[in-house]
Amino acid sequence: MILARIYVCLKPNVLDPQGKAVTNSLRQLGYASVAETRVSKYIEISFDTSNREQAKLETERICRDLLANPNTEHYSFTLEDKEGGKA
Amino acid sequence: MITFPGSNCDHDALEVFASRGHDSRLVWHKGRDLQNPDLVVLPGGFSYGDYLRCGALARFSPIVNEVLAFAQKGGLVLGICNGFQILTECGLLPGTLLMNSGLDFICRHQRVRVETSATAFTEGIPAGTVLDIPIAHKDGNYFCDDTVYNELRDANRIVFRYCDAAGITTLEANPNGSRDNIAGICDASGRILGMMPHPERSATDAVVSQDGKRIFDALESHFGLGG
Repeated sequence: MILARIYVCLKPNVLDPQGKAVTNSLRQLGYASVAETRVSKYIEISFDTSNREQAKLETERICRDLLANPNTEHYSFTLEDKEGGKA
Repeated sequence: MITFPGSNCDHDALEVFASRGHDSRLVWHKGRDLQNPDLVVLPGGFSYGDYLRCGALARFSPIVNEVLAFAQKGGLVLGICNGFQILTECGLLPGTLLMNSGLDFICRHQRVRVETSATAFTEGIPAGTVLDIPIAHKDGNYFCDDTVYNELRDANRIVFRYCDAAGITTLEANPNGSRDNIAGICDASGRILGMMPHPERSATDAVVSQDGKRIFDALESHFGLGG
């Protein structure tokens, strides 16, 4: 099995009101040095294959087709081998 | 009216059209037959629980391919609230509805200014007309890049803007941080409209504002009915 760890983040030019609210809360908690917070999505996908190249291509396609909205978000991911698969 | 899992304004829209004497029907999202309509409505609600992104998963419902084909042939499509979000996710309208800048779900009366009467949905409503149409959403903050924005503005495709009672599109009158107070946009032909306000919630005698009737009047006049 191969595990894809996918991060979908708002592009830097897109306002992140959730991140702003978290920053404000952190400052209220006394974390005065917090300059900015961005809230993102983290998604895990397990692939039933040991073919890294295939998993990479599919993850790319999945991100483009569904997980990220290209208007407002960008994505990145890492792949790692995972125990317990058939492959 | 397309019913997705999580749609909750489909019956409201159905009721409005039915009360005006139109043959209106609910079509389940798994269907593949639009039943040859004059107009398709993508109603408000929370299709697929707003999972991943609002409207993102509805795109994969079987009926949406039929809606895309219908739109391509020049059919009229009205997306209200979640329906607007679905239209942007389908690519029928540009841009994205982001989370409201204030993070709150906002449910209240809202004034919007009609910016153009050159759509099937605003025919006969003079530009500058102020309507009181309720909003109810958490993700209505319209976002697009400069290229898209300039195109929308220059081609008169911004159909509604949030405004105050006097019709001024002030920052204070913008409930959700939407770019340039945008509340609704249409495609280049004026036949596909996405709007965050709910005209179907202000179009019966039982409710306080009946300004939404203007949209349905306009649609009827587009088809040569009423008036």
